[in-house]
Amino acid sequence: MDALLLSRIQFGANISFHILFPTITIALGWVLLFFKLRFNATGDRKWMDAYMFWVKVFALSFAMGVVSGITMSFQFGTNWPGFMETVGNVAGPLLAYEVLTAFFLEAAFLGIMLFGASRVKPWVHTLATFLVAFGTTMSAFWIIVLNSWMHTPQGYELRDGVVHATDWMAILFNPSMPYRLVHMLLASGLTVAFLIAGISALRLLMKDKAEGTKSAFRTGILMAAMLIPLQIVAGDMHGLNTLEHQPAKVAAMEGNWETQSNAPLLLFAVPNKETRSNDYEIGIPSLASIILTHDADGVVPGLNDFVAEDGTILHPPVLQVFWSFRVMVGVGMLMLATSWLGAFLLWRRGVDRMPRLYLMGMSGMAFMGWVATLAGWYTTEIGRQPWLVSGVLATADAVSPVAAPMVLSTLIAYLLVYAGLMIAYMWVITYLARKAAKGETLPLDPRQGVAGPDLMPAE
Amino acid sequence: MTLDLPFIFAALMGTSILVYVILDGFDLGVGILFPFATPDERDRMVASIGPFWDANETWLVLAIGLLLVAFPVAHGAILTQLYLPVTLMLIALILRGVAFEFRAKAPAGHKRTWDFLFWFGSMLTGLTQGFMLGIYVMGLAWTWWHIGFALLTGVFLTVAYSFIGAAWIIHKADGALQAKAITWARDGLWGVVLGMGAVSLATPYVSTRIFDKWFSWPQMLWLSPLPLASAALIGLVWWTLRRLPLDGDRLSWLPFVATSALFALGFAGMAYSFFPYIVPEAITIYEAAAAPESLWIILIGALIVIPMIAAYSAFSYFIFRGKATALSYE
Repeated sequence: MDALLLSRIQFGANISFHILFPTITIALGWVLLFFKLRFNATGDRKWMDAYMFWVKVFALSFAMGVVSGITMSFQFGTNWPGFMETVGNVAGPLLAYEVLTAFFLEAAFLGIMLFGASRVKPWVHTLATFLVAFGTTMSAFWIIVLNSWMHTPQGYELRDGVVHATDWMAILFNPSMPYRLVHMLLASGLTVAFLIAGISALRLLMKDKAEGTKSAFRTGILMAAMLIPLQIVAGDMHGLNTLEHQPAKVAAMEGNWETQSNAPLLLFAVPNKETRSNDYEIGIPSLASIILTHDADGVVPGLNDFVAEDGTILHPPVLQVFWSFRVMVGVGMLMLATSWLGAFLLWRRGVDRMPRLYLMGMSGMAFMGWVATLAGWYTTEIGRQPWLVSGVLATADAVSPVAAPMVLSTLIAYLLVYAGLMIAYMWVITYLARKAAKGETLPLDPRQGVAGPDLMPAE
Repeated sequence: MTLDLPFIFAALMGTSILVYVILDGFDLGVGILFPFATPDERDRMVASIGPFWDANETWLVLAIGLLLVAFPVAHGAILTQLYLPVTLMLIALILRGVAFEFRAKAPAGHKRTWDFLFWFGSMLTGLTQGFMLGIYVMGLAWTWWHIGFALLTGVFLTVAYSFIGAAWIIHKADGALQAKAITWARDGLWGVVLGMGAVSLATPYVSTRIFDKWFSWPQMLWLSPLPLASAALIGLVWWTLRRLPLDGDRLSWLPFVATSALFALGFAGMAYSFFPYIVPEAITIYEAAAAPESLWIILIGALIVIPMIAAYSAFSYFIFRGKATALSYE
């Protein structure tokens, strides 16, 4: 393997590991604010119990996000120096604003949010919770702006091969940004909804009688049931936007080699890059045309349109994009089924009489948001290849001159660390759930040891 | 009026690095001191840095972010040269950051493992940062001599971090732990002295340009307060450490504040030496800077946000002032 491919795998591994945790903290911040506001409004201790459990998950996820985020800011220089040299004038300010407005807001108020409940007035603690949630969301906004600009760049001009910004409003509101932002925020919401529902289901299975657990379970299921239809609509609109601006990506997602009308929706296929066709194809006639153009006779672009005269391939690798897309959609459908079934069961039977089988199924869904989110990111990012910035900078032109064996050794080191941490993270969350379910005090639980000042709801 | 934008950004970046070295320096130092503490003491040491470390580490992101956005060419040039130590540092930062969270949440039987990783990560971070400082000072060239020198600066910086960490604990702890921290600080002062000395002596030796900047008349005269004040501060810290603890906890803040000032002086000296180069003796800040219009956009944001950051960092330190007790989510 060459340094280019290894650097891509390394960056992909780093950013995949990183995105897992912001995906949780973005929405979990708002859910914590919801718990806190419910506590302020009702004075019911169960909401604070839910807050206290989930704030620990938040702290853990936040720390994982911070440390893996630091890695990201170095990777540009160590592996992709060409990126900042070419598009630094656009990417720089966006990254700077991300660090300035958001990162600090989160990190500085996080201390008060986590450990300050008894040290500050209740409303300051609520405010700190809000600012952390707001900060994580702003973080996501700036990063999505930059990422979207890499897909659909505008508002710039090239001088001596270097990008210079000419219109910042055009850069901020580039064509794919609104769709990508909404799609990602909803993905975060769904990931958290299933995490809360799944972990709470696990606790209910362990005969946890705490009211806080039941309220969290209900919150998770209803949140998921409400968000998933929105996500399906948002995803469809994002797909149409991609068809307009990055047709080669859509062709790869559909596994469509020749431009055609009445294009089938492929349920299964193994795209073959040697023969430039699909093996073992199973499809529903005309459905891709209907989804993408809302017309059975609509024309869907084919991959063969994106091959240069000299045979250079200008479209992304098909197999990876095709299957990432299907995994994402498949998990989405599973989410729709499980969350609506859950909402129905809650309505008919209530939280105390949920079927065991359903609770077991939901526990298994706890981390499914991650699977869908990663699959979605692989679809869109691999779908951008061979470009790093569409039409502006090819990925191969940005890679650093570091030798392949060096990149390979650091890649292996990162992968080992990440695999270990992933296991530890998931294990500790379920451990916290097991302990909480048995009613044991958690480590660092405010109620252990001497009785501290009792928590008061904010006015 | 035209502003010297590259200079402003170099100053902002330098300030961020300095703030990082002081702030993350103390929490890294606390980690480095772990093996010398009992399990109970470790919990209190962690409690003393708990509310701060996330924000402290963010200064590194700001510093490297400013390098990335304001001097994109230099970012690539420096980081590809430092590829291996940077990777090791990042893995070390990851390990200690997550160990910090895990040790508090994992079952008691696993705590020793996380404590070990917290120590190991803190230690490796200090070593690699000091190593990179050494290589940078030597002009980013990898020869056996330079690697040897960089290994030394790695050890010195690690000991210096443990020193400022001990100074932080002196202020945040009381009783037996405070007494212990005072002896740790006494034993660690040499790291600060040798570290500053090594860099100060090596820099002019590497480049005649830097040598002339320091040792020509009349620069020598008006630069003389820098080494003199450093020597005075070292003397003051040494004197205080011999007398602490005092009745009513007087002067427990002094070692930390004086050490911060010492770090600032050392850093100012380095900045003076290298200016205007950002890649030593190869690329100046003016050659590496991004386009002025992009720098303007960042500057406006920075001027609004950095005072806010300073204000609420101060607020956070105020909220968590006083002696650290057990850490609780209350």
